[in-house]
Amino acid sequence: MHAFKYHRASSANEAASIVARNGEARFLAGGQSLVQMMKLRFVSPSDLVDLGSIKDLAGIKADGSGVTIGAMTRHAEVAGSAEVRKAIPALAALAGTIGDRQVRNMGTLGGAIAHADPAADYPAAVLGLGATIHTNKRKIAADDFFKGMMETALQPGELITSVSFPVPKRAAYMKFKNQASRFAIVGVFVADTAGGVRVAVTGAGPCVFRSKELEAALSKSFTAQAAAGVKVSDKGLNKDLHASPEYRAHLITVMAKRAVQSIA
Amino acid sequence: MGAPLIGARIERKEDYRFLTGAGQYTDDVVLPGQTHAVFVRSPHAHAKIRSIRKDEALKKPGVLALFTGEDLAAAKVGGLPCGWLITDVNGQPMKEPAHPCLAQGKVRYVGDHVAVVIAETLEEAHEAAEAVHVDYEVLPSVVDTASASSKGAPQLHENAPDNTCYVWAIGDKSVVDKAFAGAAHVTRLDLVNNRLIPNAVEPRAATGAYSRADQSYTLYVSNQNPHVERLLMTAFVLSLPEHKVRVVAPDVGGGFGSKIYIYAEDVVVTWAAKQINRPVKWTAERSESFVSDAHGRDHVTVAEMAMDKDGKFLAMRVHTTANVGAYLSTFASCVPTILYATLLAGQYTTPVIYCEVKAVFSNTTPVDAYRGAGRPEATYVVERLVETAAREMKLDPAEIRRRNFIRSFPYQTPVALCYDTGDYEATLDGALKLADVAGYAARKKASEAKGRLRGLGYAAYIEACGIAPSAVAGSLGARAGLFEAGEVRVHPTGSVTVFTGSHSHGQGHETTFAQVVADRLGIGIESVDIVHGDTSKVLFGMGTYGSRSIAVGGTAIVKALDKIIAKGKKIAAHLLEASESDIEYDRGVFKVSGTDKQKMFGEVAFAAYVPHNYPHDKLEPGLNENAFYDPANFTFPAGTYVCEVEIDPDTGKVSVERFTAVDDFGKIINPMIVDGQVHGGLTQGIGQALTEGCIYDKDSGQLLTGSFMDYSIPRADDVPSFKVDTRETPCTHNPLGVKGCGEAGAIGAPAAMMNAITDALGVKDVPMPATPQTVWRALQNKKAA
Ligand SMILES: Cc1cc2nc3c(=O)[nH]c(=O)nc-3n(C[C@H](O)[C@H](O)[C@H](O)COP(=O)(O)OP(=O)(O)OC[C@H]3O[C@@H](n4cnc5c(N)ncnc54)[C@H](O)[C@@H]3O)c2cc1C
Repeated sequence: MHAFKYHRASSANEAASIVARNGEARFLAGGQSLVQMMKLRFVSPSDLVDLGSIKDLAGIKADGSGVTIGAMTRHAEVAGSAEVRKAIPALAALAGTIGDRQVRNMGTLGGAIAHADPAADYPAAVLGLGATIHTNKRKIAADDFFKGMMETALQPGELITSVSFPVPKRAAYMKFKNQASRFAIVGVFVADTAGGVRVAVTGAGPCVFRSKELEAALSKSFTAQAAAGVKVSDKGLNKDLHASPEYRAHLITVMAKRAVQSIA
Repeated sequence: MGAPLIGARIERKEDYRFLTGAGQYTDDVVLPGQTHAVFVRSPHAHAKIRSIRKDEALKKPGVLALFTGEDLAAAKVGGLPCGWLITDVNGQPMKEPAHPCLAQGKVRYVGDHVAVVIAETLEEAHEAAEAVHVDYEVLPSVVDTASASSKGAPQLHENAPDNTCYVWAIGDKSVVDKAFAGAAHVTRLDLVNNRLIPNAVEPRAATGAYSRADQSYTLYVSNQNPHVERLLMTAFVLSLPEHKVRVVAPDVGGGFGSKIYIYAEDVVVTWAAKQINRPVKWTAERSESFVSDAHGRDHVTVAEMAMDKDGKFLAMRVHTTANVGAYLSTFASCVPTILYATLLAGQYTTPVIYCEVKAVFSNTTPVDAYRGAGRPEATYVVERLVETAAREMKLDPAEIRRRNFIRSFPYQTPVALCYDTGDYEATLDGALKLADVAGYAARKKASEAKGRLRGLGYAAYIEACGIAPSAVAGSLGARAGLFEAGEVRVHPTGSVTVFTGSHSHGQGHETTFAQVVADRLGIGIESVDIVHGDTSKVLFGMGTYGSRSIAVGGTAIVKALDKIIAKGKKIAAHLLEASESDIEYDRGVFKVSGTDKQKMFGEVAFAAYVPHNYPHDKLEPGLNENAFYDPANFTFPAGTYVCEVEIDPDTGKVSVERFTAVDDFGKIINPMIVDGQVHGGLTQGIGQALTEGCIYDKDSGQLLTGSFMDYSIPRADDVPSFKVDTRETPCTHNPLGVKGCGEAGAIGAPAAMMNAITDALGVKDVPMPATPQTVWRALQNKKAA
């Protein structure tokens, strides 16, 4: 790790302005992705701006129509939240499967989606539920947020403040884990929402994406058989030591089938 | 005195220290004035070094020194030696290319040591290391075991044509070929024993220090055998007088073989400490461990078994290519030969066996002993063959084993070893019962009802432990003895410190050995401390590997205890005014037989150190004895493992539903510690079968599984709750009757696992590790066929 300057910001504005002024500065949330990359010397920010003391960035608010979760809310808080469990059980369950206990006690929602690891879990829920990302500058629809491999719509210095998730009729997340990293080789979030069926896939491509084939089939019939009948194309899917595009495509169908099975 | 301590489940004395964070590992050792070393490593699998530019790095803040291979060559620092000479089929010595501590003009694997930067702080050393500019001319590389010696493969060493270190063989090929020609059935398997990366929880670390006051060196190092490290370093590498070098291997957080060896880093920090006249510390980062700790296994094998019509084994023929990596690590040469081919008889009476082994160099991290060392590879060959033969001949896999078990002992195998004792039927029967094999059919049905595939697999392994009779080892090429040393120091007030040449890095010697000592002397276990791991305290030692500690190290201690008791009797006889032959020693008390005259152990100890009333004409004062023990034979732990898996055909995921191990380790000192050793070994064996795939890129020679993101060591949720039990045939040639238990699990588990997986899938073979993708593909191929 290279040396860096540490700042503890006391407000979102202060944090954003430090990062906006300095192209080499980065926000520090849970540090569960950023610090790893720094230790491996993949990134060497000149300054880290710790968001941990900014009170209004953390917390969970739920009303009848949705759940709003502060960017600095830890995975463990979401997993354990009675409100989230009641409103969107699939979201709480997803948070409970991220990494291990230590990671869940440190990692945050904002950090996870800003980092946009192609195999991260939260992006599947954000996209699958059609959530809205709130930043210090604007609101961004989930469909416009994830742009590519670790690439988002965030501008330099733009700070995620919270994410609001509309409550679906029903939803479920199934993931097939990489044995080594325990990240998703394929994770499928299926949601039956007011606006129709949404199916978001993480781990399989360079970036989380919606599966139009599965959405079409499940819109016609929200059943496990309908999902099982979909042959997902392997075009553009990731290829690595653990899974070929063909295997990933197959797993998307299997995970979608199992997700639907668990709620249909 | 209370209940016998041998055989008691005593909680480990060392655990208080470890669980409360009070362990002292090499990296915890902080010496005054200590500096930090960072190694510049090769990013290429194979390259010529055109030049190394030091100037920029040397200008960085805090930098104290920067050394390269040229500096070591100028100082006449030697290369790393190999401790075992293998003679090839033509009577020629194996090829032993130079193994420099810092590269001399060429690098041969990703991670090869190119230079060392020493600075005031670790960060400064890292910054400077990044500023060392090495100009490489990248050469084509070869990483693949099967093709490393093929024509046209890039050559690693000038003096090892075709990248071949040796071709070695055991057995009479013509006799074996003849037996095959007359066989009713031949089973053949093409097997790959996958390369593994050890990953002890404590990474390797070394801190070297030099004292101008007495021109002596001290090396703290995370190592399994400090005396051997010192011997090799002083005699072969640094040409230092042995008495001027102290090697301390303090608490060591796991080794699994990977810390047996002398490594370049150990030499460099020791040498550099004198150059800069300050202590030099190096601790591996995990990414460095992946590329620089010696790897394990990596065999490609064609194995055949010939049988008569009843499934009786007539002959076995095995051809193995073993990848030794880029250079010969300390014991690399004996692992795929002496520790492998000699175990191919397994538990069976196979009358003739031929095995040929070709060892090849490749552009990969050196390969050496890893938990089991050769014996897991042998068991994999034998037990996969046996189970496959049973399937092909439609015999029950337990039955085919019974038909071939060795039943009378001692038994001379056709591959050099002579088994002293065993009862293979007992462990097999025990395992079948404990595993509830009788209920398997119902469990298989239940799995099928859920759409899952279920499979059952056995492995009846044997291993040669208690390494080793020095004369035998010497005749087979060992360049060291393989005895062990122990010292029992009785203090004036009767407490005891025992110094052992064995080394504990997780095995629990501080408890097991103390149980032996306390039991033999009949004193409380709290009065016994075990000291190991410091050449300035322990008289000598060959260290811990090959499940040798209790059988060889423990026996050395017992022999020293016998001397203590013998001397104690003389002292007691004097004190009790009796004849020595009338003195008995029983659980802490010296008695005149048939009388009530007695002296406690502590009283005798006191008399030895405060010798006012003492037989000075016949005896020296004091109560301190040494013993060296060179074993008469290897020991032969054996057992049967039964594994049951369930496979999800949609994803290919294998779940280990049940795993049963019934082992014969001879006499057991602490069953709780033995259970722990078995659990750990099984987990590593399951890891090899299920999760651990070390993969190099064929074109670039890069290690693709260079972190825990891609290399999967097994975790608690990968393994079931094990069912373990033991049977006991005491070893016939050591006084404790012990055989050793440290490696068994890792030796037997892979074959049992893969026998179960192939059974579930209904295929002949699946490569290890049977990852979900691999299993899914096997099912797709089967469907397509
Ligand atoms: C061992 C381990 C296992 C893991 N397993 C999983 C897993 O199974 N599934 C999974 O999804 N993840 C996993 N993770 C990643 C984990 O979820 C991380 O916590 C998460 O990806 C990043 O969140 P963080 O709060 O730690 O962010 P940080 O690491 O602090 O930051 C990540 C990036 O986001 C930026 N950032 C942080 N907060 C904001 C914000 N509010 N606005 C704008 N930018 C911001 C930072 O500047 C940085 O670039 C694992 C991590 C580890 C160490």
